[in-house]
Amino acid sequence: MNMQTKISRRTMIRTMAGAGGGMILGFHLPGASAGVVAPEPWTTPTDGAEINAWLTIDLDGTVTIRVPHTEQGQGALTSVPTMIAEELDVPWENVRAVFADMNRHLNQGQEYKVTTTHGSQVVRLQHPHIMQAGASARERLKAAAAIVWNVDPSQVTAKQGVLSSGSNQASYADFVTAAAEVQLAQEPTIKTPDQWWLMGKPLPRMEIPHKVNGSAQYSIDTRLDGMVYAAVKCCPVPWGKVKSYDFDAVRNRPGIIDLVEFHALEGKTFTSDMQNGVAIVADSWYRAKTALDLMPIEWDYGPNANVSNETQAAEAQRLFGVEGDVSNEIGSDALGRINQGGNTLSAQYHRPYETHARMEPINATVSVTDERIDVWSPTQDQAAPLRIISDHLGRDTKEIFVHTAFLGGAFGGNGGGATAVTKQAAEISNRLRRPVKVIWTREEDITHDKQRPPVYTELKASLGERGLPEAFFSRAVWFTHEGVANHGPATADYSIGTMPYLVPNRRHERHNVATHLPTATHRGPGANQNGFIIEQFVDEMALAADWDPLEWRLEMTKGLEPWQRVLLKMKEVCGFRTDLPKGQGMGIAVVEDHNSYCGACATVSVSQRGQLTIDKLDIIINSGYLINELNASEQLEGAACWELSHALYGGLDLENGQFTNTNFDSYHLMRMPQMPSANCYFALSEDGWWGGMGEPGGPPTPAAVANAIYFATGKRVRSTPINQHDLSWS
Amino acid sequence: MAISLRVNGTAYEVDVEPETPILWVLRDSIGLTGTKFGCGIAQCGVCTIHLDGRPIRSCITPVSSAVGRQITTIEGLSNDNSHPVQQAWIEHSTPQCGYCQSGQIMSAAALLSQTDNPSDSEIDSAMSGNLCRCGTYPRIRAAIHRAVEIYDASKS
Ligand code: FES
Ligand code: FES
Repeated sequence: MNMQTKISRRTMIRTMAGAGGGMILGFHLPGASAGVVAPEPWTTPTDGAEINAWLTIDLDGTVTIRVPHTEQGQGALTSVPTMIAEELDVPWENVRAVFADMNRHLNQGQEYKVTTTHGSQVVRLQHPHIMQAGASARERLKAAAAIVWNVDPSQVTAKQGVLSSGSNQASYADFVTAAAEVQLAQEPTIKTPDQWWLMGKPLPRMEIPHKVNGSAQYSIDTRLDGMVYAAVKCCPVPWGKVKSYDFDAVRNRPGIIDLVEFHALEGKTFTSDMQNGVAIVADSWYRAKTALDLMPIEWDYGPNANVSNETQAAEAQRLFGVEGDVSNEIGSDALGRINQGGNTLSAQYHRPYETHARMEPINATVSVTDERIDVWSPTQDQAAPLRIISDHLGRDTKEIFVHTAFLGGAFGGNGGGATAVTKQAAEISNRLRRPVKVIWTREEDITHDKQRPPVYTELKASLGERGLPEAFFSRAVWFTHEGVANHGPATADYSIGTMPYLVPNRRHERHNVATHLPTATHRGPGANQNGFIIEQFVDEMALAADWDPLEWRLEMTKGLEPWQRVLLKMKEVCGFRTDLPKGQGMGIAVVEDHNSYCGACATVSVSQRGQLTIDKLDIIINSGYLINELNASEQLEGAACWELSHALYGGLDLENGQFTNTNFDSYHLMRMPQMPSANCYFALSEDGWWGGMGEPGGPPTPAAVANAIYFATGKRVRSTPINQHDLSWS
Repeated sequence: MAISLRVNGTAYEVDVEPETPILWVLRDSIGLTGTKFGCGIAQCGVCTIHLDGRPIRSCITPVSSAVGRQITTIEGLSNDNSHPVQQAWIEHSTPQCGYCQSGQIMSAAALLSQTDNPSDSEIDSAMSGNLCRCGTYPRIRAAIHRAVEIYDASKS
């Protein structure tokens, strides 16, 4: 007992010293009036000591978990603590979350391993090392107690924040500092799903209470002493130039401080980099924006001012006649077999450009001084702004501090760290030596987003025995920005080239056409565009041979367990049928995305005059495992709404090399009256593989709706937005 | 030019052009950042506040029109998340990214102050000006029905 008291006192002294030494969370910008992340419980613990980079434990038992991923509503700020608390074994109500410190991460051995937050991956791919951090902390606590209690560590149990062995008992907090010094002979293995006590529970996301009262801080909410504001306009045809402007016309307006020109970097006209343009800096954003609107600017649009939706469509038609790169080939001579004739069918499908349009317009705040640089940027990778600014201004990473805020949506578009806007803010602040907040108008945000690539696809099949396809051919034409790999060719025919259906002879080709228009990943990249395409063509093939669409899919995925599980669940719960009276229809689809297998079943009504209503939507997912059903359902509903938005209403208009529908009066999104409620079902394989949850709800949903429209009206809708098609029937 | 305003019961004096939208006065002059900017053209609803209890889009409403009237923002709805709409939002785990939710909540609170027990179609029409890119609409609808129950329970 004596010994324990002694350790406790020592622990306390050391933890206090630790806190005084500046608890690493970099929210201590001198002079900041409100430049802090959200209030409680995101504040730095005052008396906590850390066992490892991932967590601290306060004297009162509060466990603060540092999350290196971002929170855009997808739940990382809850899922990461859940996985650590699972292993650490502490009461959930004692757990708090804060964003991890990226300056420490990049300058001290990258302890968090991965800081990005995209690709539905935080749980799917990162759970092993995150759970490991919790398990390791638990074992060190046990080892520290074992030394003091003079027992073998195997005789110490760690449960719900309490260490015990025989008559000895202590709080984790009593041993936290000692535990930090323990070297384990061997790191523990992480728990298997049958051992979980916390993972699998439908825990509400921790930050919800902050998102109902305006206190959650987003990057755009940053306020610093002496801060100025900038509004920017870059050439609406990307990579075009500024020909002239007349700053004198507006410089005497109230509050105007300066004008800053931006230049695309020669040799760096990479998708996410700077465009040519101007910024007006003022003492309020509204004054800056108003002056910028009034200032005459002439642009030199450059060589790309003739590109339009029509020129791209014509190029696609030309390329349908040209052999492309082969992305997947099975069996032999699929095209030759189809060209021999017989029972064949073919169709062309198209999905247009879409934009991210996260509700928080792109923005960044940067404060550059000789000593340090502070940055707030709506990025999906907490560490990205640090790297971007270090690269752009040539400053040491040790001098740069990232203040992670909540993201007002991201959806893949902020993957590179809102690169251009962060550089713009860094340039202005570097020049004026004042903190500056840059906000893009919605028009600038959509004009200069890195868009989702458009695709034109031709599909052909020949049907053989029992009316099932014996040969299948696809040729996709995809338009991306030059030099881009991650959303380029690999996603051009994703879901088509990778379809599971057991067709003996298949050939999948694609053309990746380089354009001047920046493109990027977009929630459910490839799968969202192509799910609509392949899963309708599947219905076309099935119906051409009088197959029931659900039975066709079951037949064509025989032996593929993850797919069968989804389809059988669909059969069990959805009541899918093809004999509804005209004007009503049900449709199904199933698509793999981020290693999850997701099905959708939609019931629609279409009035004779062509008015579409989605009456019911069921979503069935096989993600292998599931750690939080509540959060998962939110993501499935959200992803379904995301892709229904594009399929029903979206589509960017490209004219004269630039996008013309750049605000919500002309780029339309799903609104409340149009959104059906969704029922989510889980059909889990639970046999060793993990799938993602943030994106897979999207890809099958519009295809299910379009297949239902076909049953209701007899009309096959092969391009989006669906609302531009005449769905009337008689 | 100095303009006097009352926001959430507190008096402020701000020095801005009278045509400045209330949104930017709230966010940049006063420092109430719960009200958001999304489109600037009254199409998305993230800037929704109450002017004398009625929902308005603060991004297009000049500050001069608020003189002598009561502005209520999300920060003024309650000081402890106790407003029935806030409680229902928490119960239904409604916000995802959360960026649109100040506007959603202000629209919903205004609806419930005018309509005791709105039907789904009344909810749809009152909320149709509020975009949510995260797709939280089904939860918003359910949360509004739940808020009605919470209101009623607090009255009885
Ligand atoms: S910002 Fe006011 S309605 Fe969009
Ligand atoms: S919760 Fe993200 S926009 Fe509505």
